Amino acid sequence: MSSPTPNHDDVVHSEPFLRSLMRRQLALSIACAATFLVALLGLPLLNYFAPAFMATRVAGFTLSWLILGVLFFPFVWIISYVFIKRSLRLEEAEVQELRRS
Amino acid sequence: MNLPLAFFGGVDPWIFTFSFITVAVTLWMGFRSAKTSKTASDFFVAGRSVSVGWNASAISGEYLSAASFMGIAGMVMSSGYDALWYPVCYACGYLFLLLFIAGPLRRFGAYTIPDFAEGRFDSPMFRKIAVCFVLFIGFFYTMPQMKGAGVTLAYIFPGLPYWVGVVLVGAVITLNVALGGMKGITLVQAVQYWIKLFAITVPVFVLMAVVGFYNGQVGANVAPGETAFAAAAGQASAPSSTSIERKPLVAKAPADTAWIAPFGPLTTKAVNAAAAALPAEQRAAFLAEHQKPYSLVYTYSLIIALVCGTAGLPHILVRFYTNPDGVAAKKTTMWVMILIGVFYVFPPVFGVIGRNLMPELYSGVGAKGTDKVVLELPTLISAKYGVVGSILSGITCAGAFAAFMSTFSGLLVSMTGALAHDVYGRMLRPKSSSTERMVAFKLAAILIGAVAVTLGCFVEPLEINFMVGQAFAIAAASYFPLLFMSVWWRGMTMKGAATGMLTGGLCALGAAALTNLGTLALDKGPMGKIFASFAPLNGFWAEHPLLRILCEQPAIWSVPLAITLMIVVSKATAAQVPADIRMKMLVLHAPEKLGLKQEYIQDHQAGAGH
Repeated sequence: MSSPTPNHDDVVHSEPFLRSLMRRQLALSIACAATFLVALLGLPLLNYFAPAFMATRVAGFTLSWLILGVLFFPFVWIISYVFIKRSLRLEEAEVQELRRS
Repeated sequence: MNLPLAFFGGVDPWIFTFSFITVAVTLWMGFRSAKTSKTASDFFVAGRSVSVGWNASAISGEYLSAASFMGIAGMVMSSGYDALWYPVCYACGYLFLLLFIAGPLRRFGAYTIPDFAEGRFDSPMFRKIAVCFVLFIGFFYTMPQMKGAGVTLAYIFPGLPYWVGVVLVGAVITLNVALGGMKGITLVQAVQYWIKLFAITVPVFVLMAVVGFYNGQVGANVAPGETAFAAAAGQASAPSSTSIERKPLVAKAPADTAWIAPFGPLTTKAVNAAAAALPAEQRAAFLAEHQKPYSLVYTYSLIIALVCGTAGLPHILVRFYTNPDGVAAKKTTMWVMILIGVFYVFPPVFGVIGRNLMPELYSGVGAKGTDKVVLELPTLISAKYGVVGSILSGITCAGAFAAFMSTFSGLLVSMTGALAHDVYGRMLRPKSSSTERMVAFKLAAILIGAVAVTLGCFVEPLEINFMVGQAFAIAAASYFPLLFMSVWWRGMTMKGAATGMLTGGLCALGAAALTNLGTLALDKGPMGKIFASFAPLNGFWAEHPLLRILCEQPAIWSVPLAITLMIVVSKATAAQVPADIRMKMLVLHAPEKLGLKQEYIQDHQAGAGH
């Protein structure tokens, strides 16, 4: 069988390109996920080890309630905003590099 | 036959009118848009030109189910702080979807999980396995929607038995889907989102203006030794509104200390049941040793289930493709996060105010319990402002209808599609004509609707939100590992993926079913009699509280189990990795501007035709 698309660009189909592509994307995703997970998984730990501190009242809420019930949502918005910005920039950079090479 | 008249006797006309209008408008829009887009491809192709705002509203509209609208408020009221993990993780799970799964899947161009399963592993066999799993998870997810329907109807028509509401709503939606309406049309879902947001925010703000704000309402719950917030802080601005009115709690309500602090009634239930079975002198020591560590395990398992489960929910993924390009898809996700995040701030407010002002709901069970706090709470201000309370209650009822109708019809369409298209059209009768397939679609809709209604009748004693959490736990142990590993690890084979997905998913399913059977056996109503033979299960769990927790929230072991199995089996069958895996990985990860998808399709068709 002959390849239907003979003009395969060698850089695009090379192993190193795929590796660097996946590594860069995964690195970005993991960095964002780590920020999020530290907060998400850290909160139960704080509740566990510092219950008195987390029960401090902030305008009626306990500190823990305020963080989980209110502040967590804007926090996630910020992470997703940063991720979207960076991942669009990353894709643009990948296209540019390929065109240059 | 004057039974219907008797039901109408106690009906509030405002509540009835608002609910009726919502249902009528939804059905009308469903039929109208069904006329304009007849085929699935119509829907997808037309969908690709949907604007970011509409699409984000539509995704949010489909996502916010009866659990979000009624269940969270009910659970915050009954369990306090621990229940806050639900809204937070429902919203945050979306982030995981965005970070790891949405982009690659969109580039790959697979519309559904079965599509992806087949495309990634070149295996029609695996597609069939994935289809069967869509049905499993779907049924678990329809049960809470059905309970939402039963509770709402029993509220609107006092005296109507729970099951009548389930059957009625189930029948109406099933008929609508079977006749061709509501094919997950973007416009309907988008409007549903705004109905839901309106229906939750307007009553919340009116209520808060009358009875006191969110922080004050939380602040009224104090541990011994603390002074009530309002009195201590002495808000200078409005001295008259500083004291929050509270009704005395009933015996079944959790105490303030347990309710407001982490590791409260929800996560410590199993340990407390175990302690109650011990001799009195051992109880304190047992609780001191096990209560907090076990509830930490419960909390983490719940978080894993909800976050990973959102990333694996089948009916949510589909909508990512109704965007013109990858940039729009990412912007849409951003807006979805904002829209659902804004929504999720409010249901807990109902729960908190309900605890202070409607504690009698704690004594109710099933349709009369805390799950109806969202519907009933606005009537509180009827005493002061007359008809306004009824109007607001009518608005929240309308929102509840929007919630379970949009999610149930979305689920029904995707499950019916799986049954009619994949099971009948591909597996049973591959040579059937298109007329036969249309008939099959209608019969499948009726069959699935009937099963969903039957299941829905059994679950009255279970909390809405709890059941949704279980559906998420099953998705977390099956679809999430499948999608995550297949996208990021090229060594996955079909056998590895299938083994991991099935084992993880079935283990979670079995664990969840066991928990439910035990809970149903405890029910004082008719369900308790039907499931009485499972009562010994509760005795066993009283001796092994940790096992009970791991059964109730299986994600903490089932997700790692699924991933481990995938890795081990894939390594063992490494020779079966698809030959063009590098190309598949490129399509999944390379920017769409490079146009690799097109090239891949050409390659693939040439290869297949050879």
